[in-house]
Amino acid sequence: MSRSFLSTENLPFCSGCGHGLMARSLEKALQRIEGLNPLDLVVVTDIGCIGIIDKQFASHTVHGLHGRSVAMATGISMGLADPDKKILVLIGDGGATIGLHHIMEAAHRNIDMTVIVHNNMLYGMTGGQPSGLTPCGFRTSTMPEGRPDNGMDLCRMAHAAGAAYSRRIMALGDVSDVLEEALRVKGFSLVEAVELCTSYGVKFNPGRKLTDIAGDAGMTPVLLKNPEASAFRPEADRDTESLFHGVPAPEKRFGHNLAGKVSIILAGAAGEGVQSTAEMLALAAISCGLSVTKKGSYPVTVGVGFSLAEVIISTKEIHYTGIAGIDAVMATSREGLQRALPRIEAMKSGSVYLDASLDRPETGAELVHRDYRGPLGYRSASLLCAAHYLSRSGIFPIEALLEALSASRAGRAVDAAELLKAVEEMERAGV
Amino acid sequence: MAEPGKTAFIDGSRLMIEAAVRAGAEVFVGYPITPANLLYAYSSRRFPMVLPAPDEITTLQWMSGFSAAGRFPVTATSYPGLALMIESIGMAFMMELPMVIILVQRMGPATGTATCGAQGDLALLRGINSGGHPIPTLCPSDMDDCYTLSARAVELALRLRCPVFLLSSKEMVMTLRSYDLSRLAPVTPAPREHYRGDGPYLPYAAGPDGVPPFLPVGNREHQVRFTASTHERNAGLQHSTPEALENTKRLRTKTESNLGEYTLYDYEDRRSDTLLFSFGITAAAAREAADNLARRGRPVSLLVAKTLFPVPGEYLETAGRYGRVIVAEENQSGQYREVLFGRNGREGVSGVNGIGRMISPAEIEREVER
Ligand code: SF4
Repeated sequence: MSRSFLSTENLPFCSGCGHGLMARSLEKALQRIEGLNPLDLVVVTDIGCIGIIDKQFASHTVHGLHGRSVAMATGISMGLADPDKKILVLIGDGGATIGLHHIMEAAHRNIDMTVIVHNNMLYGMTGGQPSGLTPCGFRTSTMPEGRPDNGMDLCRMAHAAGAAYSRRIMALGDVSDVLEEALRVKGFSLVEAVELCTSYGVKFNPGRKLTDIAGDAGMTPVLLKNPEASAFRPEADRDTESLFHGVPAPEKRFGHNLAGKVSIILAGAAGEGVQSTAEMLALAAISCGLSVTKKGSYPVTVGVGFSLAEVIISTKEIHYTGIAGIDAVMATSREGLQRALPRIEAMKSGSVYLDASLDRPETGAELVHRDYRGPLGYRSASLLCAAHYLSRSGIFPIEALLEALSASRAGRAVDAAELLKAVEEMERAGV
Repeated sequence: MAEPGKTAFIDGSRLMIEAAVRAGAEVFVGYPITPANLLYAYSSRRFPMVLPAPDEITTLQWMSGFSAAGRFPVTATSYPGLALMIESIGMAFMMELPMVIILVQRMGPATGTATCGAQGDLALLRGINSGGHPIPTLCPSDMDDCYTLSARAVELALRLRCPVFLLSSKEMVMTLRSYDLSRLAPVTPAPREHYRGDGPYLPYAAGPDGVPPFLPVGNREHQVRFTASTHERNAGLQHSTPEALENTKRLRTKTESNLGEYTLYDYEDRRSDTLLFSFGITAAAAREAADNLARRGRPVSLLVAKTLFPVPGEYLETAGRYGRVIVAEENQSGQYREVLFGRNGREGVSGVNGIGRMISPAEIEREVER
C-alpha cells in the first residue's frame, strides 16, 4: 500500500491560502509516523474551506456538521479505543467558535485525537465574517472598522481545560515538525495555526502582514503542556446483569375479595413514605393474584412538598392506567390534601381516609377521620392509613401488606406487630 | 430473580432497555431530561458502555462517532433535547449510521410541563428531515411492545442503516405495573452484516433493497468515508450530479420500499361501521373503550398503529373500508389524524383529543356513541 496519506496535488483552495501550506506540512508529518498506515487514520472535517480537504485523503474520512467535528471524533476515538489508530480533526476558526464546547470537553477528558484549527480569523466560505477567534483590529466583511476587542485565546482555554498539548503557530513555511509532535501526543493535542485568507483577509486588511496582525493583538506563538496523563478510554464491554434480575415478583400466596377494580389515591408529603407504601400495596395485591398499576407524582424538587401516588387494583388486566372514579383517598398531610382536594371534592361516593389533624373537606365521599400520623410517627402515616384501608375494605388480607412490608426496606423501620395493633385500636376507636 | 410465570412489578423503561441490550445495543449516551430519566438510570446498570454527554448536540455527535466506529448507540430524550439533536439526527440519517433514539413525549410547547405526558411530537417527527425523508418510527402501545419494539428498533436501524425512533410517552415509561415476564418473546442479537467484498468499497453503493453494506471507519481492508453533504456513491461531495441526486432519493426510498418488513399494527375487525384508530399511550384507552362498547352491543373495529413513520399504506386502506373513523391521540389538534387524512380530513373522520391528561376510555366511547 502506498504511504501517501494526503494528495497535495490540485488542492481545492485559493492560491496562497494558508490551508494549502498546512496540507503540505501535514502530509510530511504523517509520513514520519512510523508504522502508520493510511487506514489507521480517521480524518474528521466539517463545513468551511478546510472541510473540503477530505477528498484528498487516502485514509478514512468523515465530513460532518459545522463545528461538530471534534464531538463526532470523540465518539469515534472512544468507539475504536485503539491506540494504534490516529484520529485527526481539521477545522477552521468558525468551527472552533460554534463547537468550542466540544473542544473543551475533548480536551478535558484527554480524548485521544489531534485537532488542527486553521485560524484565518474569519469565515472564508461564507464571505469573510468575523469569528470568535478574530483578533482585535482585524477587518472583516461585516466589521469593516475592525474588531474592537480581542478574540478568544483558544490555546489557553484548551490548556486550562486539560489538553495534553496545545500550541499556536503562524502558518508560515514548513510546520511539519510541529504537526508531527502534536500527532505523537498520547491524548488530546491541539494546534492553532494562524493563517491569512487570501480572498477576504488580504482584501479587507491590505498591506498588513500575518505576523503583524497576530502580534499586534497578542496572538503570539505559544506551547502549553499538561503533565502526561493517559488518554481517556471509557469502560467498554461491561458485563452487566439482566434488569429482570432482582425485580420484585411476589408469589401468589393469598386470596382476595375484590370484585372488579379499585382506584386509590395516596396523598401525603415528601418523607412520609407515600410512594413506598403505594408500592407495598401494589406488591401485596400481586401476591393476592390481582393486577395492579402504580404511578407517582411530586414536585420537580422531589424532597419537599406533596407526594401523590395513584394505585389501581383489578381482578382483570389493566389497560388504561388513568383513574376515572376514585374509590379511596388516603390523605395523611396538608400538602397531599391540598393537592388532591379538587378530586376529593368531586367524589360522590367512596371513602376519604383523613388524618385527624386535617380539616374535613366538602365531599360526597364517606370521611374516615383518624390519627394516622401519631401512633407510628409521621414517616409511617401513609402505611398505617393503607393498612387501615385494607382492614376496613377487606379487599384482600392485611397479611399480604405485612408480607410486602417485611420484604421492603421500610420493613426494617416498622414493626409489623405494632402496625397491626395500631390498626386494631383504630377500628375499636371507630365512629 | 423473577421466575418465568411469576408476575413482576415493573415499568416500560426497564423492558425497553433490557430488550435493546439483548438485541445488541452497546453504548448508551445520556443527557438527563424528564421524563426520560428512568431509561438513563436503567441503561447505566445494563449497557456495556454508558457515557454522560454534556448536552444533546454532543449526545448525537458522540453516538454518530460510535456508530461510525461500528458500535451501536442508544439515547433517550424528550422534546427539548430532541430539538437540539435534530441537525445531528439529519446528519446520521445522511451518513447512514444506525442508532436508536428513544423519545419520551411530554407536554409542550417549549419546556412545557416536564412531568406531564403527551403525544404532541407527531407533526415534528413527520417532517424532521429537511427534504421530508421519513425516519422510521416505532411506537409501543403496551408493555409487550415496550420489549418487542425496542429490540425491533435496534434490528431495524442495522437493517436499514439509519437512525430509528422509538416513540413513547411519560406514562408508558414511568408507570409501574404487574406484568407476567413469561409473556416476553425471546430477543436475540440483531444480525450485523459488514461489507465483505474485495473492493473498492463504495460506502453508498446500495444493493436492490436500497441499503448500502456497512463498514466501520478504522478497518484495515477498505477506505470508509461518511458524509453529511449531498454525495455520490463514493461519498464524494457533489452539488447535484445525477448520481448524487439518485443517492438523495434513495435515502427516502430505502425506508419506504422496505416498509413491508416493519409495518407493525394490531387490527381487530369487529364487524362494525366504525374504526377506532389509536397508538402509543392512548391505545390502552382505545382497547378498553372497544371492549366496553362491545359489551354494550355497539362493537367498533380497532386499529392500533405501531409503525408511525413512514406511514404504512395499510392504515388508509383499512380506514377506507369504514364509514366512520375515530382517531384518538393525546394532543390538541389530531396530529396523526392530519397525517392520515390531511388538513381538511374526510367525511366520517373525527378525533378524540386532549392535552394535560390521558385520553380516557369514556371520552372515546362518547365519541363513538355520539
Ligand atoms: S476563501 Fe479564504 S480560506 Fe477559503 S480557500 Fe480561499 S483563501 Fe482559503
